Amino acid sequence: MTALLEVSGVSVTFDGFRAINNLSFSIGAQELRAIIGPNGAGKTTFMDIVTGKTRPDKGSVTFGERSVSLLSLSEAEIARAGVGRKFQRPTVFEDQTVAENLTMALKAQRAPWRVLFWKEGPDDRARVQALAEEVGLADHLPRKSGELSHGQKQWLEIGMLLAQEPRLLLVDEPAAGMTLAEREHTTQLLVEMAKTRAVVVVEHDMEFVRRLNCKVTVLHEGAVLAEGSLDHVTKNQQVIEVYLGRG
Amino acid sequence: MTRQTFVERSFLARNPSVLWFILILAVFTLGVTVLSEAYGLAFISTSFVKTLGKTLCLCLVALAMDLIWGYAGILSLGHMAFFALGGYMLGMWLMYARTEEIVVAALAQGGLPATPEEISQGIAVQIFGVVGASEFPPIWYFAHSFWAQMALVVLVPGGLALAFGWLAFRSRVTGVYLSILTQAMTLALALYLFQNDSGLRGNNGLSGLQNLPGLGDVSQDDLSIWFFWASALALGLGYVLLAWLVSGKFGSVIRAIRDDEQRVRFLGYSVEGYKLFVFTLTAVIAAIAGALYYPQAGIINPAELAPIASIYLAVWVAIGGRGRLYGAVIGAAFVSLLSSWFTGGRAPSIPLGFYTINWVDWWLVLLGLSFVAVTLFAPKGIGGLFDLWQGRMAPDRKGAQLGPEDGSLQEKEALK
Repeated sequence: MTALLEVSGVSVTFDGFRAINNLSFSIGAQELRAIIGPNGAGKTTFMDIVTGKTRPDKGSVTFGERSVSLLSLSEAEIARAGVGRKFQRPTVFEDQTVAENLTMALKAQRAPWRVLFWKEGPDDRARVQALAEEVGLADHLPRKSGELSHGQKQWLEIGMLLAQEPRLLLVDEPAAGMTLAEREHTTQLLVEMAKTRAVVVVEHDMEFVRRLNCKVTVLHEGAVLAEGSLDHVTKNQQVIEVYLGRG
Repeated sequence: MTRQTFVERSFLARNPSVLWFILILAVFTLGVTVLSEAYGLAFISTSFVKTLGKTLCLCLVALAMDLIWGYAGILSLGHMAFFALGGYMLGMWLMYARTEEIVVAALAQGGLPATPEEISQGIAVQIFGVVGASEFPPIWYFAHSFWAQMALVVLVPGGLALAFGWLAFRSRVTGVYLSILTQAMTLALALYLFQNDSGLRGNNGLSGLQNLPGLGDVSQDDLSIWFFWASALALGLGYVLLAWLVSGKFGSVIRAIRDDEQRVRFLGYSVEGYKLFVFTLTAVIAAIAGALYYPQAGIINPAELAPIASIYLAVWVAIGGRGRLYGAVIGAAFVSLLSSWFTGGRAPSIPLGFYTINWVDWWLVLLGLSFVAVTLFAPKGIGGLFDLWQGRMAPDRKGAQLGPEDGSLQEKEALK
């Protein structure tokens, strides 16, 4: 299996603090991967680098079959290339309706001129409806998304990510603040999504990671400490010392 | 539960406020025409028709301000610079062509037919004598051509906005820093134009713009109502254009940029491109408004580009209610008419015994206080009153947080 995303030898320093230290990581085109690690291990910085928010000091990040370097692209270009990101806190546009939020995220031309003359066709409408059903918000399409509950906002954001049809999805702590039933639903959805694309889940909650039942990468001090199945990494002595042992 | 179905509806059906706006504007235009000196009962003086026409132009530039600030969230404090530049561009042709008529008439009395050089020289002396020059500066190259100057009304402010916006947005200057930068831009332009050798007659500015070339026989009564019509038409078209623009996906994207631009980037939209587009478009709208305004004012000088002018523009939009187009129009019309009433010396002074409140001096204090009051107590501005009214008509009960999963009866009943 060839890698969809290939991160190699990446380092980044903030004011002398080395947040990412010679990190290498790769993920296949249809793969689910969990990233765990203690606070400050560099999980969020890793996502920032892949999505273009932070520029690394050295190293390379390539994406897709043609190995396009993401380091020379802007955030918007990276998103258009097929990288979607879900933030820890649900970030939806609260002043706009659920339908507007989903429509904005739909895979389509993104240039101002094209968007200005974009007209919603029956296909788009059906797609928005289908997405809303998938995330359980079909009855809420005309509502302002600011009125939704916390869990519903999480779902809306997941719906928006699906609408973007990314090839690689980065998900930051999806289970935070969710009820047990919602967690189960989220797990199913992530597993389902990883059948057609690459999904990287950053998570603190070991119970949730166990449910995902996938390969796990443990980060520590900005580098990969261990990689493998959850059972494999939890037996690793180093991992126990830096992360699990403290608990 | 019934499923939400989309119903195909036309643009006007989705935006009833557009129809209302056009209707009110049409009735107002008709009313003023019927009451004007030129075409009706002469209840409204020509100078007041001009004031109303100018007010419509200010409403148009307020619309532009609402798009960039209220919708896209960019507090530009330099849009009156584009307004004034539009006025200057049309003013150059007005002044040139009008002076040409006078010079040709004067030379014709000499007996011999005048050569083009003599005419050109004569015009230059007439226009630039006041700043001690007798030749046309290069920027007047197109001044003889109406169509060229009309094109420059759009191209010069549009080009400036494009260049300024490109530099500012590309460097990701946002928020208050961008506001300061736009203030600096308008101040720098004003200071440049104040110089005599700027080529636009320094602090004298351009004058006599109320006289249209070739229409010397037409009275100001008629001209004023023609400009009033043109201003009303421009405002109507501008309103429909912007209402269409903000009603679709483009409007969604710019409001999203206002609320969380980083998130919009991760959706794949180039935030800088959108900002630049909106900045340039609003600059062009402001310039067109200015080109209609200054022939009615009769004179333009660099004081029109003073930073305070653009701040007033923001105050109008804030008081009227930003984020809704009719709010901007109401704010601009209400505050600018009130302002001319107070500063025109017509408002009665209030004697307090120990001190007399003279509104010419105290109007700005009142305006400042109302701005603070609106910001603190009624952030939706005057436009917010329409929400109150609509709330009375059709209570929106689905808004409240209704608790866990199943919700309450209220929620279900609202969704049906």
